Amino acid sequence: MTAPSASILGVPHAESDIAVEVRSICKYYSEVEALRMIDLDFPRGKLTTLLGPSGCGKTTLLKIIAGLVEPTSGEVRVNGKAVTGPGPERAFVFQDFALMPWATVMRNVAFGLELKGMGKAERQSIARHYISEVGLTGFEEKYPHELSGGMRQRVGLARAFAVDAEVLLLDEPFSAVDEQNRRKFQEDLLQLVEKERKTFIFVTHSIEEAVYVSDRIVLLSRRPSRVAQIIEPKIDRTASPDAIRRDQGYLDTVEEIWQGLKHYVD
Amino acid sequence: MTLYGYRVPMMASLLVWCLVWELVGQSGLMFLVPPLSSVLVAGVAMVQTGTWQSAAWVTLHSFVIGMALAIVVGISLGVLMGRFRAVDELFSIWVNIFVSAPLSALVPVLMILFGIGETTVIVTVFLFAVWIIVLDTRAGIQHVPSSLIEMGRCYGASPFALYGKIVLLAALPEILAGIRLGLVRGVKGVVIGQLLVAIIGYGELFELYSRSFDMENFWALTIILFAAAMLMSAAIEYIEKKVDYYAGVR
Amino acid sequence: MMASSQANTQVDGPVRAVHSPAGRGLGLGRLFTSHPVAARVVSLGLFFLVWEIAGRVPISYAFPTFLDTFYAFGAMLLDGSLFVAYGSTLQPLIIGIVISAVVGVGLGIVMGLSRKAEWLVAPLFIVLQSAPMAALIPLITFVYGIGLLAKTLAVIMLALPVIVLNGYKAVRNANPSLVAMCRSFQGTRMQQITKIIIPDASPVIFAGLRLGLAAGFIGVILAELLITPTGIGDLITYHRSVANYAEMYAAVVSIILVSTLTLAALEAFEIRVLRPEKKRG
Repeated sequence: MTAPSASILGVPHAESDIAVEVRSICKYYSEVEALRMIDLDFPRGKLTTLLGPSGCGKTTLLKIIAGLVEPTSGEVRVNGKAVTGPGPERAFVFQDFALMPWATVMRNVAFGLELKGMGKAERQSIARHYISEVGLTGFEEKYPHELSGGMRQRVGLARAFAVDAEVLLLDEPFSAVDEQNRRKFQEDLLQLVEKERKTFIFVTHSIEEAVYVSDRIVLLSRRPSRVAQIIEPKIDRTASPDAIRRDQGYLDTVEEIWQGLKHYVD
Repeated sequence: MTLYGYRVPMMASLLVWCLVWELVGQSGLMFLVPPLSSVLVAGVAMVQTGTWQSAAWVTLHSFVIGMALAIVVGISLGVLMGRFRAVDELFSIWVNIFVSAPLSALVPVLMILFGIGETTVIVTVFLFAVWIIVLDTRAGIQHVPSSLIEMGRCYGASPFALYGKIVLLAALPEILAGIRLGLVRGVKGVVIGQLLVAIIGYGELFELYSRSFDMENFWALTIILFAAAMLMSAAIEYIEKKVDYYAGVR
Repeated sequence: MMASSQANTQVDGPVRAVHSPAGRGLGLGRLFTSHPVAARVVSLGLFFLVWEIAGRVPISYAFPTFLDTFYAFGAMLLDGSLFVAYGSTLQPLIIGIVISAVVGVGLGIVMGLSRKAEWLVAPLFIVLQSAPMAALIPLITFVYGIGLLAKTLAVIMLALPVIVLNGYKAVRNANPSLVAMCRSFQGTRMQQITKIIIPDASPVIFAGLRLGLAAGFIGVILAELLITPTGIGDLITYHRSVANYAEMYAAVVSIILVSTLTLAALEAFEIRVLRPEKKRG
């Protein structure tokens, strides 16, 4: 179960194919050890999921990659450059959406561009494009409280797309979205992944969600977290969403991960 | 704040302000502000006098009676408003008006209705404190999850047990917060009432010392009053923290 | 009291309704929207009826009926004495509140942003907020006499602490998730403060201004009753001394009415402008 950390399954990737490298990251919160010697590579243009039991530090790892949290030791490199803080090549999608309640959908989506000092007309036309991309056309002038949970997270996603970052970091983006909307959202996300050709790093605690959307799944062990296993689901992504959910490879992978994680659950 | 790696507790900065007070007082720039040290000396002497002790006793007496009335009436009315819509609609407009109205304007009316004496002060304390207790109790009662009440019914709790063992306890965090805010307001009420009545308790002493420019005693009086108000509010806050643990998981 | 928990709704639990339940307690602003008009009219009418009956009994020689008080109120409106009194009362109130607002909000924001300022100043205002500042009002007379300055100072003394503390708490408790969001999009510290922290804090800051105004009303009336016989306070004292109880009650009711309506208007403004998410709450 505890495979060597730095291993990358499958064909070795060429250096340029790696968008994000995580090198011997350790993180302590005062006395508590959250992450122990994490080494990972995130291939370009793929969706990699960090999956693990609750409280295992997967969100911490994602925030370290985002530059929002300082690691105790170790280094993160994006396109070969070391991370010292948030940067324009990475965009973050928050678990609780982090939408400004006083701003319209339009201003929320354009907020990243507003901070860069882009002119109003220009940033609004970019925002409008991504608002339609996530299927919220017609809601531009609404406020977050007028939207459902699923729609709010679409705003969060559009905001991340709008700054045109190469790497998108999604922190349990669907956990506050109800089940039916989540399924629809997952399907839409797969299409966006296909279309936008970005590197996605996705944190979730749902095994089914991880297997359904991911190219690679990194299983983290319980605190102190280490890389327990890396799985590449063999699923035919060209099939219809319903077919994927009934696919034998999908079901087997879910079962395999569950068998691996089961002993972490009390 | 940390200083040379040590955590300096926040309230420690009050010592800095005490020092500033002492320096301003020593400089003699403002005759209204005598040095803190001489105020403290005066305070120690003052608390030993019979005048202060009887004034403090009268003040405490009015305060305790007024607060007790405010707590009993406030919680009862709050519970009624939280459970019965008709009561809520009848009283909510008045509670909301009085909770932020300038009640100091009412004291002259109380003085002619209840006489220039302790009753007026008690009623002032009551009027200052009661409304916020009503509002917080009402909010607490309305926040009791209906599943908790249904649970009580399912297991056959009598209406008496339902309130005693479930509803009031579940609303306790809000009720205590209301009582703490009520106490702070009640202290302001007792001071304002006595200042306006001007012939009893602390109000009389304030009047006496400020008219005779006895600033040491005036400030000593003020410090004791402020300290008492702070201690009381801190005590309730301590109890509040003890029940806070379940405020989140109800 | 706390800023709306709208933005940081629960994370792992089941998803609740999109609209957060109406805030706790009844605000003055909601007085005019959440309850059917009928209930309010009945409630007001019943109160006036009880007052009228109690005045007719009478429960005290100094207890006029509601109608007498109402006529006295009309007479005072017509002869202009109310307007003169309010001119004298509202002027120090407004000046005092504006000064307290500027100083208090500024100080509160600085304290919310800087740990050092918080350490030095916050405890002072925590003490002043929970202590009966009214005790110090007699002192003002010695320094500033009995004019406009003394009344303004009384207003500031009572209003400033709550404004400072609300501003400080609002800024300190700015939604950390929104701050992280701003950082993740490389917002500068200045952008973080002006685009996230202050807008996020503004409803609570504004609520502090409302509480400050309520305290200011208490302060100005107290100053007029205690030290400077002018304005509404003087009207109350004068009519009491000549046993014009109906006029006296009318003056008391009028000041409660004025403060209630002002506070309600402020709260309505707050909900309309600062909290779009609560407009339909």
